[in-house]
Amino acid sequence: MSILIGILEEGLIYAILALGVYITYKILDFPDLSVDGTFPLGAAVTAMLILKDIPPALTLPLAFLAGVLAGCVTGFIHVKLKVRDLLSGIIVMTALYSVNLRIAGKANLPIFSKDTIFDNAFLEQAVPEPLKPFSVVLVLLIITVFCKVLLDLYLNTRSGYLLRAVGDNDVLVTSLAKDKGMVKLVGLAIANGFVALAGCVYCQQKGFFEISTGTGAIVIGLANVIIGTKIFRHLSLFVSKRAGEGKPRKQGGMRATTAVILGSLVYRGCVALAISLGMAASDLKLVTSALFLVILVMSSRKGRKVTTHA
Amino acid sequence: MLELNHIEKYYNAGTVHEMCMFQDFSMRIDAGQFVSVVGSNGSGKTSLLNIICGSIPLDGGKICINGEDITHMPEYRRQRRIGRVYQNPAMGTCPSMTILENMSLADNKGKPFNLRRGMNRKRIDFYREQLRFLGLGLEDKLHVKVGALSGGQRQAMALLMSTMTDIEFLILDEHTAALDPKTAEIIMELTGKVVREKKLTTIMVTHNLRYAVEYGDRLVMMHQGQAIMDESGTAKAAIRIEDILDKFNEISIECGN
Repeated sequence: MSILIGILEEGLIYAILALGVYITYKILDFPDLSVDGTFPLGAAVTAMLILKDIPPALTLPLAFLAGVLAGCVTGFIHVKLKVRDLLSGIIVMTALYSVNLRIAGKANLPIFSKDTIFDNAFLEQAVPEPLKPFSVVLVLLIITVFCKVLLDLYLNTRSGYLLRAVGDNDVLVTSLAKDKGMVKLVGLAIANGFVALAGCVYCQQKGFFEISTGTGAIVIGLANVIIGTKIFRHLSLFVSKRAGEGKPRKQGGMRATTAVILGSLVYRGCVALAISLGMAASDLKLVTSALFLVILVMSSRKGRKVTTHA
Repeated sequence: MLELNHIEKYYNAGTVHEMCMFQDFSMRIDAGQFVSVVGSNGSGKTSLLNIICGSIPLDGGKICINGEDITHMPEYRRQRRIGRVYQNPAMGTCPSMTILENMSLADNKGKPFNLRRGMNRKRIDFYREQLRFLGLGLEDKLHVKVGALSGGQRQAMALLMSTMTDIEFLILDEHTAALDPKTAEIIMELTGKVVREKKLTTIMVTHNLRYAVEYGDRLVMMHQGQAIMDESGTAKAAIRIEDILDKFNEISIECGN
């Protein structure tokens, strides 16, 4: 039971991260490595704010904002200074390492004694006794679903349409008399906002800020996105057979954002399984990478088979 | 009215591969004119379109639209008044978005892309009507992703999308070259219809001499960055395919081919 709760907790936190990575990797087609810096950035900002007795709920939008700023920097370097996408991310990621240390003051900053969004007087009262063990999962579920719905809504606005178009065919964006660079910048800002928010929630759930938490964040995010979009979107293919009749929602099965969240939970499950099979906690990053590689290879195999049969 | 004044364009300037594309090239296209541009490969047809649209920078000269200097205006701003259809059908649409979403995007050109709903339900009937005009049955596939359509269908959509809002200029860059003869014919007929109805000033680059002769009221032949043939009005109407072919042979002999 406690293992399951652990999977749900971590899975939901990384699902927020995955929503951000989904925007850059799937929609913008931009391999954004700054994620490795913005995840701990969100955590650092949160730890610093909480130690200053800022209400925990307020740290969520503030961390998001910090991520937006970092995303803007990546976007600026790529769009205005014309640095390659991968390099822009690496530059920001590396710079953020120092920035994060500045914000937090040191490499490890505990906030155990403080109120957090998971541990405060309001929750103590609001959550009935039998649900107490699940209170963290419940709070996380609310935050994650809120983020997902917000992102879904955004992607269906005019601005969201433009964002989807720029990753798909940026020539068209220029044809629509819009600056494709600005659209990319907006996308990177939103994506990194989500990633920093994930870092914020992570920090409050763990009870500390740790500079090394960001290492491999992008790999986890990518793994979640790829599992989600490859497995779950295909699972519900039977729905799309009726797509021609009109319901736009049903087309292509499950919404990608939902798939990404489920992918995150599955991925956490796989990691937990690997650990319970005897891997040490220090092997976590190795497990993370190995699993990611397996998923990557498997998904591209599957894709190839489909195309040769078609 | 579009004016190109004393255009200079070099490729690979300052290297041993330096190539002069345009030197003191000038051209004037009146409002409402439909210009067909023909010429061999490397004669400067596509470069001409890219210079007008701002896709490539100029080394000298001036471009004006209705007297306004747009030489230094970025590409995306110029596109407000220009609709462009490319040779590659994939360039004019978004493959992972549905037909309806693509139409909504095109319909919003020139308006702010803000946080309002991407799709205006009140316009769906209008989109359907526009798609029916194409005669390809797309009006019944509104929720199908454009990536699932054929090249011809996509090109028809690209044409529709680029001319949906109020534009002054239509730029066609060999827009039938990647299509089979029958589809090309359909797209060309559509082009003629749209240009007539919307009274667009049009520049069409084509390798199909028959289209160049049949369509448009002005014909320009490009060769080594110069317009070696430029006929309009009754003189253009009298041109036959053989005349163009003769001219082609003439320049081939000059080049020693």
